Amino acid sequence: MPEPTLDVRYVAKLARIDLNDEEIEKFQSQLGGIMEHIAKLSEVDIEGIEATSHATNVSNCVRPDTPVESLGTEAFLQNAPDQAQGMLKVPKVVDA
Amino acid sequence: MSLAAQSLSALRKQLTSGEITSRDIIQDALDQVAARDGEIKAFISCDAEAALAAADTSDLSLPLGGLPIGIKDNINVIGQPCTCASKFLDAAYTAPYDATAITNLKAAGAIPFGRANLDEFAMGSSTENSALQITQNPAAPGHIPGGSSGGSAAAVAGKLVPAALGSDTGGSIRQPASHCGVVGLKPSYGRVSRFGLVAFGSSLDQIGPLTQTVEDAALLLNAIAGPDPRDSTCLQTGVPDYTEGLDSGVAGLKLGLPKEYFTDGIAPLVRERVEKAAKDLESQGAEIVDISLPHTEYAIATYYIIAPAEASSNLSRFDGIRYGNRTENPEDILSLYQKSREEGFGNEVKRRIILGTYVLSSGYYDAYYRRAQKVRTLIRQDFEKAFEQVDAILTPVAPEPAPKIGEAAGDPLKHYLADIFTLSANLAGNCGISVPLAPANGLPVGLQILGPHLGEETILKVARAAEG
Repeated sequence: MPEPTLDVRYVAKLARIDLNDEEIEKFQSQLGGIMEHIAKLSEVDIEGIEATSHATNVSNCVRPDTPVESLGTEAFLQNAPDQAQGMLKVPKVVDA
Repeated sequence: MSLAAQSLSALRKQLTSGEITSRDIIQDALDQVAARDGEIKAFISCDAEAALAAADTSDLSLPLGGLPIGIKDNINVIGQPCTCASKFLDAAYTAPYDATAITNLKAAGAIPFGRANLDEFAMGSSTENSALQITQNPAAPGHIPGGSSGGSAAAVAGKLVPAALGSDTGGSIRQPASHCGVVGLKPSYGRVSRFGLVAFGSSLDQIGPLTQTVEDAALLLNAIAGPDPRDSTCLQTGVPDYTEGLDSGVAGLKLGLPKEYFTDGIAPLVRERVEKAAKDLESQGAEIVDISLPHTEYAIATYYIIAPAEASSNLSRFDGIRYGNRTENPEDILSLYQKSREEGFGNEVKRRIILGTYVLSSGYYDAYYRRAQKVRTLIRQDFEKAFEQVDAILTPVAPEPAPKIGEAAGDPLKHYLADIFTLSANLAGNCGISVPLAPANGLPVGLQILGPHLGEETILKVARAAEG
C-alpha cells in the first residue's frame, strides 16, 4: 500500500467541490487521521482472494423488455433550477 | 396512553373493531408533533393535509390499513420534499415518484407520515450532521439519538408516531434504535428494494423498520419486502409471513458470541447487559457458543474505503443541473458544478466524497478500493463459517450508550470507530436487529442479533424472546 498522499486541494478539484483554504487545511488533517487507520488493511494477506463488489451472488438480472409508462417531461422538470422550452437550461458549454 | 404511543398491532385491533378511526390516529400523531416535536425535532416537516386525506380514504381491511409510518427524509414519497437533511435539496426538491418501499407500504394500507431527520445524506451516526436541525434523544434528553436514522428512532421513542422507516448503510437503523430504546431491523441486502432511496453506498444500503415491538418490525417488513423490477439487486425470493413463528421460542437454537466483539473498548455496563441477555436466552433453551470472526478488526477500514467510494460516485448526480441547489451567476459550467456543490454539501459529505474520490483515483484504486473489496470477501467468509456453527450471533450494537450532543464534534474518526459492531453486517449483506435491553444509568442499551443472509425469521424469533 502506498504512503498516504491524499492532497485535498487536488482531489477536491477532481470531485468538483470548491473548498476554501481553511476547509482544505481542516480536511487535510482529519482525512490524514482516517488514512492512517485505513493503512491497517495492508496487514491483510489477500493473495488469491476474489473481490466482493456486491453482497449477493446475483448477476445478469433481466426482465421482459416491455414498454411501461415513465415520468413525463413536466414531472422530470418540476425540480429543475432553470429550464426553457421543456429542457434544462445550463451555462454555455461549447465555444462557437 | 395516546394513540401515537401505541404499537401498530395494538392500533390495528382497535381500528378493525371500530373503536377508533385512522383519522383519530393521524390527528393524535399531529397533535403530539405540534406539542412536543418543537423540542425533540425528529421531523423536518410534516404534511398534515396529505396524512389526513389518506386517513379518510384508508382501507382498514389491509394489513397496515390506516396506520401512520414516519419516513426518513431520504426516501421519496410523491409530492413530499426529500431533503436528505441537506441544504442541497432543502426547499429545492419535491419527489416526483414513490420509492418502491413506499409503494409497497401504501399497498398495505399504511400512511407515510412526516419527513424524519437524518445525518446529511445518511452520513453519520449521531444525526448531528443534519444541515437542518439537531434531534434530541427522547429517552435521554441532551444526548444524541444516534444516526443516521436518528429522526426515525426519536419519532418512535418520543411516541410521536407508532413506527418509522429508516435506512441502514453501516448501522444507521440499528444504532439509533439502540440509543433511543426502540427496535430497529436492517434486512438482508436485496430483501427490500432500494428504488427511490437516495443512494449512499449502493452495495450496502437497505431500508428497514424502526418500531416499538419486534412484532411490529415483522409486520412492517412483510409490507416493504419483495422483488422489484426497478432494482435489479432486489431479490426475487418470495416473502414469508414474518409474524408467523415469532413466538416459537429459542429452544434448540445455537447463538454465537464472537470473542472479537467483547474487547476492552466496550463500556462495562453495555457488556454486562448483553451478557445477561445471552444468559436469559440460554435459560429459555438456546445454546450459547463462543465463536470467532477473525477479520473484525479490519471492518472499519474496509467500510470507510467502500462506502465513501460508492458515495463519491452516487453523489456526483448532485451537480446543480437537474435538481437541487444551483449557484447564482456561475462563470462557466465548471464553476457551476464546484460552487453548487460547495454551497450545498456539509462537511461530512464533502469529507466522504473527497475520501471516496481519492481511493477510486488512478494509481490508488488497486491499493485501496480493490484491496478493500478483497478484505470484504474475507469478512463475508468469516460470517459464512460462523453461520455453519450457529443460527444467529449476539453482540452489542454500539460500544457505549448515546453520548451527549456535541461530545465527538470535529473528530470524524471517533465516530467511525464506534460503528465497529454494526457495519460488518452491511459488508457481508446479512440481516441484523437491535432490541432494547434494560437501560444503563438511565441510557438505553440495545442487543444486536445478527443472522445469515435471508435469516430474518430467525433473528426476529430470537429478538422476540430477548424482548421478553
